[in-house]
Amino acid sequence: MKWLLAALTAFCFIQPALPSPVAPLAEDPVIEHRLNHIAEELRCLVCQNESLAGSRAELAMDLKREVRDLIKAGKTDAQVKEFLVTRYGDFVLYRPPLKPTTYLLWAGPFALQLVGIALLVRYLRRRNRKDGRKALNEAEEERVDAL
Amino acid sequence: MNKFTLPLAAFTVLVAVLAVGLTLNPRAVPSPLIGKPAPDFNVARLDDPSLDFSPGDMAGKVWLLNVWASWCVACREEHPVLVAYAKNESAVPIIGLNYKDKRDDGLLWLARYGNPYQLSAFDADGRVGIDYGVYGVPETYLIDKAGRIRFKQTGPITAAALEKNILPLIKELNR
Repeated sequence: MKWLLAALTAFCFIQPALPSPVAPLAEDPVIEHRLNHIAEELRCLVCQNESLAGSRAELAMDLKREVRDLIKAGKTDAQVKEFLVTRYGDFVLYRPPLKPTTYLLWAGPFALQLVGIALLVRYLRRRNRKDGRKALNEAEEERVDAL
Repeated sequence: MNKFTLPLAAFTVLVAVLAVGLTLNPRAVPSPLIGKPAPDFNVARLDDPSLDFSPGDMAGKVWLLNVWASWCVACREEHPVLVAYAKNESAVPIIGLNYKDKRDDGLLWLARYGNPYQLSAFDADGRVGIDYGVYGVPETYLIDKAGRIRFKQTGPITAAALEKNILPLIKELNR
C-alpha cells in the first residue's frame, strides 16, 4: 500500500513536467487549460489523426487562436464546438453527435455483440441436444452394467 | 443449407463493404456550408489596401471564390486552368482570396503566373478562411445569385473537374 501511494504521489509530480501541447507563455493559465481541454476533443483538419491540441500545423494554431478568443469572449465549451462545427462539420468532433446518420455508428458495436451472443447461445443449445441424443440406450446401459 | 453458406455470405458482405470503403476518400471533409449563405466578410483588396471587398458586392451574380496563396504548391498546378477559364467569354467572375500570404508575394505570384481574378481579397490572418471552413489551399466555392454556396472544391480544380462538376452547375445557376 505504501509503495503504491508513493508511486501515485510521484506521478502527481511527473504530470506538470510533461510539455504542454500549447505553449502558455504569458497567457492566462485558466484560459489555456480550457483551451487544451476543448482542443483535445477536436480533430486537426490538416493532420487528421491528430487532435487540435497536439497539432503544430498552421491551421491548428489559427484555430486555437480563434478558440482562445471565444473563451475570452465568455463562450461556453458547447458554443466553441458549435463555432467549429458550423464551419468544418461534425468531422472536427472526436465524439460524433447522436443523430440519424450516426445511429449505426453508435449502436453497431452493441448490435454486433447481441448477434454474437445469439449465435453462441444457439450453438451451445444445439451442442447440448446432440449430446442428449448420444446418450446410451437401455441395451448399452445393460452392457455397461455387465462389464 | 450447407454449413458454409452463412459464413461465406457474411464474408462476401464484409468484402463488399471494404471494397466500397476503398473507393472513398477519407481525407475529404464534406462542407456543412453547402446550401448556406456565404459567410460575410469585409477585407482589403490585395492590389490596393485602400479598397475593400465583401461578398455582398457580388449579389445577383454567379461567381467563384478561389482561395489561393503564393506559398501553395497545388495552387500553381490549378492556376493555368483558372487562367484559361477566365479567358472564356461566358466565364463567371472569379474572386481570389489571398490566404495567409504576404502582399508583395501575392502580387508577384499573379504577375508571374497570370491573373484570372476580377480582384483578390487579402486575408492576411486567415480569419475569412476559417469562416469558410478552409483547411487545405486551394479551395474554391461556387456561389449563386442569392449569395448561397452551391459547391465546394477542395484541392486544385483540374480541367476535368471544371468540365464535369463546375461548368454544368454554373450553367444551371445562370439560367
